Amino acid sequence: MTDTDKIVEFRSVGYAIGDTKILDDLNVTISKGDILILLGESGCGKTTTLKLVNRLIEQTSGEVCVDGRSTTDWDEIALRRHIGYVLQDGGLFPHFTVAANVALVLRLENWDEGRKQKRTTEMLDLVGLDPAKFTTRYPHELSGGQRQRVGVARALASDPDLLLLDEPFGALDAITRTNLQKEFARLVRDLGKTAVFVTHDLHEAMLLGTRIALMDKGSIVLIETPQHFERSELTLARAFLETVKL
Amino acid sequence: MIFLEFLKQNWPELLTLTREHIFLVLVSTCAAVLIGVPLGILLTRIRSLQTPILGFANIMQTVPSLALFGLLIPIPFIGGIGARTAVIALALYALLPVIRNTVTGILGIDPKIREAAVAMGMTDWQRLKMVELPLAMPVMLTGIRVAVVISVGVATVAAAVGAGGLGTYIFRGLRQNDNNLLVAGALASAILALLCDFALGQFERAYAIGERSSARRKFLGFGVVILLLAIIAIGSISNFRSEISNSELANDNKKIVVGSKDFTESVILAEILAQMLEKKGIAVTRQFELGGNLAHDSLLSKQIDVYPEYTGTAYTAILKHQPITDPQAVYDQTKAEYADKFKLMLSPPLGFSNDFAILVRGDVARKNNLKTISDTVSMAKDWQAGFGQDFMSRADGYAGFAKAYGFNFAKQPREMDLSLTYRALQSGELDIIAGNSTDGLISALDLYQLADDKHYFPPYQAVFIARQDVTETLSNAFETLKNAISTDEMRRLNYEVDGNKRTPKEVAAEWLRKIKLAN
Repeated sequence: MTDTDKIVEFRSVGYAIGDTKILDDLNVTISKGDILILLGESGCGKTTTLKLVNRLIEQTSGEVCVDGRSTTDWDEIALRRHIGYVLQDGGLFPHFTVAANVALVLRLENWDEGRKQKRTTEMLDLVGLDPAKFTTRYPHELSGGQRQRVGVARALASDPDLLLLDEPFGALDAITRTNLQKEFARLVRDLGKTAVFVTHDLHEAMLLGTRIALMDKGSIVLIETPQHFERSELTLARAFLETVKL
Repeated sequence: MIFLEFLKQNWPELLTLTREHIFLVLVSTCAAVLIGVPLGILLTRIRSLQTPILGFANIMQTVPSLALFGLLIPIPFIGGIGARTAVIALALYALLPVIRNTVTGILGIDPKIREAAVAMGMTDWQRLKMVELPLAMPVMLTGIRVAVVISVGVATVAAAVGAGGLGTYIFRGLRQNDNNLLVAGALASAILALLCDFALGQFERAYAIGERSSARRKFLGFGVVILLLAIIAIGSISNFRSEISNSELANDNKKIVVGSKDFTESVILAEILAQMLEKKGIAVTRQFELGGNLAHDSLLSKQIDVYPEYTGTAYTAILKHQPITDPQAVYDQTKAEYADKFKLMLSPPLGFSNDFAILVRGDVARKNNLKTISDTVSMAKDWQAGFGQDFMSRADGYAGFAKAYGFNFAKQPREMDLSLTYRALQSGELDIIAGNSTDGLISALDLYQLADDKHYFPPYQAVFIARQDVTETLSNAFETLKNAISTDEMRRLNYEVDGNKRTPKEVAAEWLRKIKLAN
């Protein structure tokens, strides 16, 4: 693995609020094309870890590097526009139409109107929403699944190499979720994106991840490919594996 | 249909007052928004400031409006009388809803949305402009709407500091017992409040999320705004005309600002002086109808140059002396102390005094053969008395009066607006009141003035009080007015305005023509 393949690198990263340690001594490298799943129970620090990457939160010790450069050396605005971000339930701006939501980063980057529209149409097509029908709609006029598709389209619009996803499919019903998961897996693989994906759903982790990092109390206790994860003897890993056995 | 007739005759003035009212509300609300919105945004960024700043705005809103106006008068630069003080007071009132709704609006936004805005790479400014303000807009507009409606109401009180507006009609209507004035003033401000409420409501809904009929709503909202601006424009044109005719009168002489207190007699006297000065080619600005002690305060702060006053009031209410009964002594001592303390001068007495008049209904007086105040003491036990706020609080007022005559009312006297006591007496709600001896309503409403047989009340000789540096300009007029108006004459002039509903301007002009013939 060469240095240029390292998209994200955590070097003994810690995060504390006052005396309370939230994250402790994280060391992970995410290479190009990797889809790293941060798996764990609520409060294990997985979302915090994700937010360190685009500096929504700043670590209190250690170093997080994106494209070989410490995030503290990046201009935070440039860093965030360089990375796609998908939130639960889309995190769409309710006063923007679907098109305006998708084109947001393009607008921030001052793309001209024609290019912006073309790109927005492409993105909606890509996530399976008919541009003719959806561009002028507002988020509250969409279903949960549609909102999530718009959220993904928005994150992909400026064609970032790296995507951060914070439990994007958590609020969806089972059938919609499964559909979106499959589509998303195909999409990321086809586009060759690198992604960090937070979930508490092992099924989702197995389906989407190239590697799974199991987190507990602010530390990564196991980091494995899905195949190896299944054979893990770790108690917490076994507990998660129980959830997918019917 | 008397009201329609009234409107027909007075619509230019009503329009001017409405224009002044809109102007006050518009300027003060704009100021409140310009200060309140940035302040509100600041409070969402530095939360520790929330308690002190919202606390201050809260306190501002609990101060009674007339008290706030009064507090602002002596403050240099921002205080004084007229529109400026009113705008500042109104803006202070409007501040709270604007700040609070800005803070609530912005902090009420779903944290996920804010997180998304930051994560998309928005700068602080972009996040504010593109996300926070648009999403907070409906809540902020509600705040502005509340502020405007409050301002329309409070602005009626602004008339008390000479700022004009529809309150002028309301105060005048109360004073003169004139329902037409009252209804016109109150109705116009109510319509104004409803219009503003409607227009801002349309804007509010136009900015609601995903509103598709927003264009139509904005159109309706802007329609009302344009209507209000049109009233300002039309009102300004007629105002502009009168300013021009005023300035034609101006010559090398210094402009004199004539003030008056907020009752008919004071306005008539001030108008007489103003017209005398204008005839001599001196430019005059009228700053009439100042409530409470505002006239005195304004004189001290050089906002006005001269106003009519009563020796007894100056002696007791301003110089804070115990009342005495010798008119000459009161006049001399007041004159000496005013020169010494305030650098103000007293004109010679105008010839009448406006004493407190203890009044009962004429039929009651005739039936019981009542002549003096002492006659009534025994039968007044079960009477309902009603007095103006002024009479209840001043040194020579109720407390001393009741003691001097041995009144022992079973029912607590009602403390109410002086002008309303006349009407309440006539209708039988009250049985005894303290009015003013020159009031035209005394004869008009068939009221009877009881003689002050124990000489309790100090004399209230009418004089003008002027700043010393304008006395030279005024001395001629003061000489002419010396002993020129008898008590009966003053009562008649007052009745011309209060009873016959003529304007003080007309009545003053007529009186001046009359004395010219006599001289």
